[in-house]
Amino acid sequence: MSLVRRLTDGVPPRALWALGFLLAGLLVAPAVLGKYGLSILILILYFAYVGQAWNIMMGFAGQLSLGHALYAGLGGYVAAGLFFHYGIGPWAGVFAAVAAAAAAGAIVGYLGFRFSLAGVYFALLTIAFSEFTRLAFDHWPWAGGSGGLFLKVDATVDVWNLRGGPLLFYYLILALAVGAFILCRALLESRLGRYWLAIREDAEAAQAVGVPVLRSKMIAVVISAALTALAGVWNAFYYNNLFPETAFAMGRSIEITLAPIIGGLGTLFGPVVGAVVLTGLGEVFTDASEYFQIPGMKQIFYGLALLVIVMYRPAGVWPWLAERLGFGERRP
Amino acid sequence: MTADFALSLAQAVTKGLLTGMVYGLMALGLSVIFGVMRVVNFAHGEIMVVGMYLAWMAFEYLQITPMLSLPAIAALFFVLGYALQRTVISPFIGRPEHQQFLLLLAIAILLVNGCLAIAGPDSRSIQMESQFESYQLGALVFDAVRLHAALAAVAIAGLLWLFFTRTRIGKSIRAAADNNMGALVVGLDVRRLYAFTFGVGAACVGAAGALMITIIPVSPFLAAEYTLLAFVIVIVGGLGSMTGALMGGLLIGVSEAVAGLLIQPSLKSMVSFGLLILVLLLRPQGLFGKSST
Repeated sequence: MSLVRRLTDGVPPRALWALGFLLAGLLVAPAVLGKYGLSILILILYFAYVGQAWNIMMGFAGQLSLGHALYAGLGGYVAAGLFFHYGIGPWAGVFAAVAAAAAAGAIVGYLGFRFSLAGVYFALLTIAFSEFTRLAFDHWPWAGGSGGLFLKVDATVDVWNLRGGPLLFYYLILALAVGAFILCRALLESRLGRYWLAIREDAEAAQAVGVPVLRSKMIAVVISAALTALAGVWNAFYYNNLFPETAFAMGRSIEITLAPIIGGLGTLFGPVVGAVVLTGLGEVFTDASEYFQIPGMKQIFYGLALLVIVMYRPAGVWPWLAERLGFGERRP
Repeated sequence: MTADFALSLAQAVTKGLLTGMVYGLMALGLSVIFGVMRVVNFAHGEIMVVGMYLAWMAFEYLQITPMLSLPAIAALFFVLGYALQRTVISPFIGRPEHQQFLLLLAIAILLVNGCLAIAGPDSRSIQMESQFESYQLGALVFDAVRLHAALAAVAIAGLLWLFFTRTRIGKSIRAAADNNMGALVVGLDVRRLYAFTFGVGAACVGAAGALMITIIPVSPFLAAEYTLLAFVIVIVGGLGSMTGALMGGLLIGVSEAVAGLLIQPSLKSMVSFGLLILVLLLRPQGLFGKSST
């Protein structure tokens, strides 16, 4: 069976059509949207992409990581540092960035799984590593310390060095998001994907029937970390600055987890829908809170929205929405 | 080692031990809630920060010292904790961890930004006469406020111990923690016990907040840091163990103070996180916890 047929096997035709229209819409969107609209769309795609990466670990393999800022931060710092200090362009630096994050993922994963930490304990281990790295970067002169690392802002578009305006970064993050979506679909349909779901549902039973549990979980962490590192590189070159205080922050890790949890854990559309809902709400609340002029008002709206969603749609928005829209996605 | 250095080290350890007792009380609340309900309270630091603000307001507007407002704050937090558990958290017991995490994250966001909206982003501290007093024991100097806070924390922990070992409801809570099904079978109202437990945990951390404001200024941005700190302490000490939480508090208090002296104050939490990683890997039941196997 060809790859395309394998990936689309079992998907209702109307869902495929909808996907095609969505992609076409996203491709021409910059021509229609203004600067503001484009920046919102960029945010949505960014959260959809990192959410997809995180979802591999938690949604597919069932390993709760609350320290994904570690991989994004490492990726960003390695690529930006190589560019800043040695003039090595991001297209080369990205390999080092991905390698660094994958290695970090492998270390955290191996220690956690080898010593059989699960659930909250594993999550705390990921937080601890991320916080530890944050404090180390805070005191590391090569990375600029707590003062941060800044890339020169250049108005000329230079694709080879990832210098340019929002349009360049829009198409980059769109490519990443689409690529991650297809990769996740392929992974879910593969033997490895089945292993992950078996581990997520019942690790002991999976072990008993011969699923290579440790190896499968390791692959999940490494893929997830590597993909997250790409988002980190993109982020560093889009915003042109990096601070340990934000790059490795606990808050960064948490915002990575929100879109997939809100959207629907373990589903392909969960991170996408979650990113649309959260970014949309964020923008609406920014406007609404300007009216009140009270500090923290936006976050209070945001907290209330999260509370309502988790209380009434604990399994996420997408599974419920899919049913409403009549896309009976064959959920694994 | 010079005598000067030995003295400053002893001074740092003393300071760490005293702060550590307040840390221990804060962590005790987290440990009690997890030990009984298996709910991981990701809003713990936020609840404490609310306690700190209440004590600050009582002092600023009503001239009531934190030691006097503490019982009222603890009582209020008990009621709020009880109500919160009954209305919002109860359906989430036994649910997957990420759902509990999201729920408590939402509560944390509401609490910390509520503080921000009401009290503003500036850090707030209280100025009392006793902050300039100190006791002397040989060459060692004890800050009066720190010593009082530590003694109060120990006294509250003692009360909590009496509650769990001597009262009927305290014993019932421990029974429900040990064997949920058994507790249901013998006719205990487990849902009410859980609400009671969350109330007790919230009262603990509220009291810790009232003590903490006497030694550290409060700002909304401290909250997340304290949530993490509470987790570090209970994991190092042993999640679900009361002595573990207290000893963990002392250990982290001392390690922070000594790391601040020997390395750099800004690197003090690095030692705590390093300790957390080691304990998670080598002794996940905690230094003072009993192994489950």
